[in-house]
Amino acid sequence: MPELDSVVNALKSAFPDAIEDVQVFRGDTTVIVSRERLLDICRYCRDTEGLEYDFLSDVAGVDYYPAEPRFGLAYSLYSMNRNASLRLKLMLPGEDPVVDSVTPVYPAANWQEREYLDLLGITFTGHPDPRRILLPDDWEGHPLRKDYPLGYETVQFSFNYDEIAKHKPLAQK
Amino acid sequence: MTTVSEEYDWAAPLEPLKNLVSERALSGETMVLNMGPQHPSTHGVLRLVLELDGETVVNCIPDIGYLHTGIEKNMESKKYEGALVMTDRMDYLNNMGNNLVYCLAIEKLAELDVPLRAQYLRVIGAELTRLNSHLVWLGTHAMDIGAMSLFLYCFRERERILDMFEMISGQRMMTSYIRPGGVWRDITPDFLPTLRGFLDDFPRRIDEYETLLTNNPLWRDRTQGIGFISAEDAIALGCSGPTLRGSGVAWDIRKAIPYSAYDQFDFDVPVGRNGDVYDRYMVRVEELRQSLRILNQAVKNLPNGPFRSNNRKYVPPPRSELGHSMEAVIHHFKLWTEGFRPPKGEVYVRVESPRGELGCFLVSDGSPRPWRAHFRTPSFIHLSALPAMSQGYMIADLVGIIGSVDIVLGDSDR
Repeated sequence: MPELDSVVNALKSAFPDAIEDVQVFRGDTTVIVSRERLLDICRYCRDTEGLEYDFLSDVAGVDYYPAEPRFGLAYSLYSMNRNASLRLKLMLPGEDPVVDSVTPVYPAANWQEREYLDLLGITFTGHPDPRRILLPDDWEGHPLRKDYPLGYETVQFSFNYDEIAKHKPLAQK
Repeated sequence: MTTVSEEYDWAAPLEPLKNLVSERALSGETMVLNMGPQHPSTHGVLRLVLELDGETVVNCIPDIGYLHTGIEKNMESKKYEGALVMTDRMDYLNNMGNNLVYCLAIEKLAELDVPLRAQYLRVIGAELTRLNSHLVWLGTHAMDIGAMSLFLYCFRERERILDMFEMISGQRMMTSYIRPGGVWRDITPDFLPTLRGFLDDFPRRIDEYETLLTNNPLWRDRTQGIGFISAEDAIALGCSGPTLRGSGVAWDIRKAIPYSAYDQFDFDVPVGRNGDVYDRYMVRVEELRQSLRILNQAVKNLPNGPFRSNNRKYVPPPRSELGHSMEAVIHHFKLWTEGFRPPKGEVYVRVESPRGELGCFLVSDGSPRPWRAHFRTPSFIHLSALPAMSQGYMIADLVGIIGSVDIVLGDSDR
């Protein structure tokens, strides 16, 4: 894809030290960027003529546990004018998963970043509203992490009713 | 002047919301009020924290998370095919659309080919779900604003669509009809005549709905000039689908990035001008007609051929082969016990759901279970754009604005 090549080349020449890798898989181009320059790269992608990625489709967070760097964040950008998409991806260490919020550039990232703050425990510096979004404020842990166990509840039948009722003192009241 | 918080010590602490409400709320000049989660127009699981100046909405802070589906976490512990049935349940009004995006992601990972007939059947399924979803939206939206009879009419027609779902998949809502590599099974001989009958009848029904609403002065009063959002703001906030098209951006993924044989169909993308509740309503009503056009073409041109791929590593063999082919028995057994193993990689696929861009980000580590399945759901993004649409309008208008972005709370959960 020559058009995407030119996009990648433009990014490479503008940020020679921040582009770590370029991967092409099934026709999708993923540019791996360093987390320090994410905000600048996003702004460049949005404002530069010939790139014009004005629409942030999706932020996808992945936990690659136990690999290190542990977390990946993939930003799917889309350009309405050029009908082209690009994925920016960055890796975050498990020890301090901190990255700049891209909300100043793409307001659409606001809730999507809160989602990963909540479910993966990634901190976004400069986020305008850093609260949990899906879980209560006092919830412990981040459920989408791979080391967070999948809980379950014993299914209640008539024969095990007494056994289960013992664990539910509040339901007896 | 005494402030509310000094006078009543039971006033809820505003500390967590401090940077979201205005200064006037902290001094007690404006009122902070909960709307929902049990308010009928907030669909039972959405809470809006409103800052009100009289009846005017100064700030609106949506609060989700009252529904605990945990689907994305659960999918990681299921095999690809087993996780498929959970996608139906994410957005229960767009079941086939969710199936479709998940299957397209698997097919992109595995480079699986889909026969043309299956693609047409998928289009039929996806467009029927679009009709289904828009009908529920139209009925409930009109009821939120106060038109009761329309709700009954819309559900009457929806019933016929659910009957057709039952005909092709055996299920009325949780169809799981679209499978990796094709569809679950071929349509029965009585399906196409039923669909044709529906297609002949339905345009008249849409006219009926429009007679009730489109030029109704009460309806216009309640919807025109309400919930305005400009095209630039809508793009910046990530709005898509009818919400974005109501603001005048002609972006439809079926046209822009065609998937599943949509490039073989002839249809228009309806666009609004004013970006208000009324325009979003008009866009969706027009989409009903465009879906009918697509369905008519699909029925007319439905090709013959297999309804699923014959790649035995991903798709089970036909039932009839199990009686005489050892190979088929082995594949069948392997697929239902071990599942399939797509190659390592990450893909993102987007489709046009009734609500907007529905995306699936799928990560495979080469095992039979998805390492990560993330869904970009339009309701989630549109809820985050709700404050921008509702500031400055009356609290009674808010009901219409929530309805106009067509949220499904199951869709906004994870």
